[in-house]
Amino acid sequence: MPAYRPPRIASSEITPEGCFLSRRAFLATTAGGLLAVGTGAAGAQAAALPAPKGKYTVDEDLTPEADVTGYNNFYEFGTGKADPAANSAAFKPTPWTVKVDGLVAKPKEFGLEELLALPLEERIYRMRCVEAWSMVIPWTGFPLAALLDKVEPLGNAKYVSFETVVRPEQMPGQSGFFQPLPWPYREGLRLDEARHPLTILSVGVYGKTLPNQNGAPIRLVTPWKYGFKGIKSIVRISLTETPPPSTWNLSAPNEYGFYANVNPAVDHPRWSQATENRIGGGGFFGANRRDTLPFNGYADEVAGLYAGMDLKANF
Amino acid sequence: MSKLPALPKRFHSASVWALYGLGLCPALVAFYLGATGQLPGNPVKEFEHLLGIWALRFLVATLAITPIRDLLGINWLRYRRALGLLAFYYVVMHFLAYFLLDQVLNIPAIIADIARRPFITIGMAGLVMLIPLALTSNNWSIRRLGSRWNQLHKLAYIIAAAGALHFAMSVKVIGLEQMTYIALVASLLAWRLVRKPYLKRKRQATAPRGRAKDAVAL
Repeated sequence: MPAYRPPRIASSEITPEGCFLSRRAFLATTAGGLLAVGTGAAGAQAAALPAPKGKYTVDEDLTPEADVTGYNNFYEFGTGKADPAANSAAFKPTPWTVKVDGLVAKPKEFGLEELLALPLEERIYRMRCVEAWSMVIPWTGFPLAALLDKVEPLGNAKYVSFETVVRPEQMPGQSGFFQPLPWPYREGLRLDEARHPLTILSVGVYGKTLPNQNGAPIRLVTPWKYGFKGIKSIVRISLTETPPPSTWNLSAPNEYGFYANVNPAVDHPRWSQATENRIGGGGFFGANRRDTLPFNGYADEVAGLYAGMDLKANF
Repeated sequence: MSKLPALPKRFHSASVWALYGLGLCPALVAFYLGATGQLPGNPVKEFEHLLGIWALRFLVATLAITPIRDLLGINWLRYRRALGLLAFYYVVMHFLAYFLLDQVLNIPAIIADIARRPFITIGMAGLVMLIPLALTSNNWSIRRLGSRWNQLHKLAYIIAAAGALHFAMSVKVIGLEQMTYIALVASLLAWRLVRKPYLKRKRQATAPRGRAKDAVAL
């Protein structure tokens, strides 16, 4: 009788440890997610994503995770604040690639793994929505400049354009009779804004991979600009010579400018931007209205980018 | 027309009071949840928006009483005053939530809002127009004002239109919900234009033949 020999497994078939571990984490958080559905803190895809703390932080209380992941504007999943968390369970953030092209020497399509391999750090930023509410959020990510360096922008590149994925079958806001915006969602930055050290591509929040409702698997964060500049679920980044279109600006040019820098002195036509409501105060009387700061409190870092510009005209 | 089983008369007054009680429930529940920190996200805005949307619902319900009677033959006139007053109470609460909880008594900011932002101007105009209607919603005023009461209460049409417009203009993107209210208010107002010819024709159709002929001749 021949002795039993275990079958040989081709090394190509062995599941990489990272995937195996993240599957475990996925199962663990999914179980947690199912339990948490009733409390509105759904974050089915989120897996642990440890990263060292960076130097950027804010001396203010963090907005509770349930609010950061439960109160969102992500119109691809619906226009209500709770819609993104409620309607994004079917969205598949992996596998994922981000195409970086346009005026660059080395255009490339990056797999998510490559981006997650960049040096990640946690940064605590203020987030000010154009709707006059705000949060304090611990993002995990890397400077956009690190990605731009890899593709080597050409001398005539002056702007960076971003595009969100279009998946009507997974994003209910992208199908149906009433669609709030034209898709894909687009955003843009000037190249010097894009290369600014504060500008990051975020792949995580609260020490976990981004939940779908926060823009999984990768999104932009520019803390001195209104939140709508923080384009989510990015599939393409292009360098251009001319100013790229941005979705809200196309939709209502008198309400949303290209720059969208947080500015308490320039009102939105339908509401004042002088003050903001900090989310997560707990109840009516804990909710606190506070003064909005120029450039959302990042004036020391970024005001120089706009030296000599009329910020009322370039809102 | 099919008719609902008529509510016995002895329950009429109780059913009106029940409507007031039920109608105030959404505000009471939301206030309790908000005050105890159980409204998620932005509790003040949640509360403010809930009060506004219920105000609009009650305005629509108030204007629906007449077409329901004309088209379905169901007479719910006894509920109209309660519906109108509930709309008024919700508009007042909506304003108070904005004034006390949202702007926290920042009067200069509120005045600037009313002066500069058309959707807030329109909303405030709606609230102001509701005040004389609420004040004259009692039987004494109805008797006293006679036909002028009817004239005055036609303001309800403008108020409902202002409400739907205020809602649509307050959002970043007009969606299904805003379109629904605009369509509802528009059809309820349009009904006022066509109801007289409609009722006339209906009377002629149901009247005995000879008289119908006479009516046509007239």
